[in-house]
Amino acid sequence: MVTGTVFKYGDNVDTDVIIPARYLNSPSAAELAKHCMEDIDAAFVTKVQAGDIMVAGWNFGCGSSREHAPMAIQASGIRCVIAASFARIFYRNSINIGFPILECPEAAAEIAAGDRVSVDFDTGLITDETTGKSYQATAFPAFIRRIIDQGGLLPYLKAEQEAAKHA
Amino acid sequence: MGMTMTQKILAVHAGLPEVKAGDLIEARLDLVLGNDVTTPVAVHVFEKAGFDRVFDPEKIAIVLDHYTPCKDIKSAQLCKTAREFARKHGVTHFYDVGEVGIEHALLPEKGLVAPGDVVIGADSHTCTYGALGAFSTGVGSTDMAAGMASGKNWFKVPAAIQVVLKGRLRGWVSGKDVILHLIGRIGVDGALYRSLEFTGPGVASLSMDDRFTIANMAIEAGGKNGIFPVDAKTLEYVGGRVSREFTVYEADPDAEYERVVEIDLDSLQPTVSLPHLPSNTRLAAEVAGLPIQQAVIGSCTNGRIGDLRIAAQVMKGRHVAKGVRCIVIPATQEIYLQCVKEGLAQIFVEAGCAFSTPTCGPCLGGHMGCMCEGERAISTTNRNFVGRMGHVDSEVILASPAVAAASAIAGCVALPE
Repeated sequence: MVTGTVFKYGDNVDTDVIIPARYLNSPSAAELAKHCMEDIDAAFVTKVQAGDIMVAGWNFGCGSSREHAPMAIQASGIRCVIAASFARIFYRNSINIGFPILECPEAAAEIAAGDRVSVDFDTGLITDETTGKSYQATAFPAFIRRIIDQGGLLPYLKAEQEAAKHA
Repeated sequence: MGMTMTQKILAVHAGLPEVKAGDLIEARLDLVLGNDVTTPVAVHVFEKAGFDRVFDPEKIAIVLDHYTPCKDIKSAQLCKTAREFARKHGVTHFYDVGEVGIEHALLPEKGLVAPGDVVIGADSHTCTYGALGAFSTGVGSTDMAAGMASGKNWFKVPAAIQVVLKGRLRGWVSGKDVILHLIGRIGVDGALYRSLEFTGPGVASLSMDDRFTIANMAIEAGGKNGIFPVDAKTLEYVGGRVSREFTVYEADPDAEYERVVEIDLDSLQPTVSLPHLPSNTRLAAEVAGLPIQQAVIGSCTNGRIGDLRIAAQVMKGRHVAKGVRCIVIPATQEIYLQCVKEGLAQIFVEAGCAFSTPTCGPCLGGHMGCMCEGERAISTTNRNFVGRMGHVDSEVILASPAVAAASAIAGCVALPE
């Protein structure tokens, strides 16, 4: 369960604006986070607080496969992205690094910038505490929940390998 | 119920008699790819999780193509990380400066992808190999690390959109115009989570280079992959390149498609995408005269020999307009050498183009052609997002090699004569 202030963006937010390629010469999440969203919202990095939430429209994270994009958002302090839909590589990458993202078109349409929003990852319930409205996002399938619970795909794989060794 | 070509390939690689759209499966991988931007992150994730060996050093390709020859100290460090990992694990298909080409032109050329394969690559344009009748899709660095560690990965079986091609291309119209037209019709998320299954009587007339260009940009419609049936042209292309056995898969006649899109190749005209989305398409003729300061001809989308032959044909005996920088980049060393042998290199240099060693450079605003505020490029690359080729207030127009070359000569968006 997290509660945070909302940063709101539109449709087709692409990975080139989430983290421009000119900064991809660094693989460090902390370094990438300094430039997160700067081409569409230069003030984002100065305003974002740990625990905040990002809300956006359709096809969030389209474009390049750079995992640097969810890494940068995660390292900026954002705890969750809610969007009407996600581009598929961004979706995979977020799950694979253990960064929770929720698809919910109604919430994406109605929640406004600056609202206080809480998200319950166990149930998929999104509550806009500013307006008092609640939204139900689809919960992750069990397999994906296991990956997120292990902290990402590689820790999950490692745990599986270890379990197989000791079986 | 029948399966699509993509579904059949995934079922076999998951060891299942059948799969259907929406199934979560674990599939065996024939090749795992990374580049100089994505591999270092994968190496970090791989080592941090405590893995110390790769599943098969023959089935990993590491291609240092994005910022090479290194543009700065940080990118040199990225390459070093990738290089040392490749050496430590004995990665067979490791390509560095001097041998390197743009990954999605290089891998098919080297015969590393065969029809029926399942390939993941930590680069979104990995979907290019669908031209060979393989299932290939772009993933992130963690997926690459998982693939290198286990030789497997998880997939959600995609539903499909069937794209039926009819007729044949005319005049200066090319594969690039086909895919820009399609993205303009269905939108940048028109194929989200889905496979684009190209089929129909028009496929046979498309060259392999055209098919690579079309499959390459499936991701620009949100697609998980784009795939072509295997025909005589495919077999001719892989013959002499692929040295292992492979299986050719065909869609079942009763395969299910969510949507069918027909494209009449005869009626297509040169098409461009205006800033800032690939779906923002216009006929090139509609925007002719729009001034440009830069033209880029190359990339994983359009840096193959067929593309450069067309560009050279347009530029032969002419000169790039004053005030325009034209950058021509063959996608691989083999293509570069072919350009030299056929006299294309001379045509480009005499026309006043910069003729470069293979690199992804300008496509992503990395190097070799970054733009400043207020500049506009016409480019044969694949994305025209805000800031894609440099300053946030610069613009990219996507076009075919013929239109980009004609525009470089005219100094504005123009059609070949």
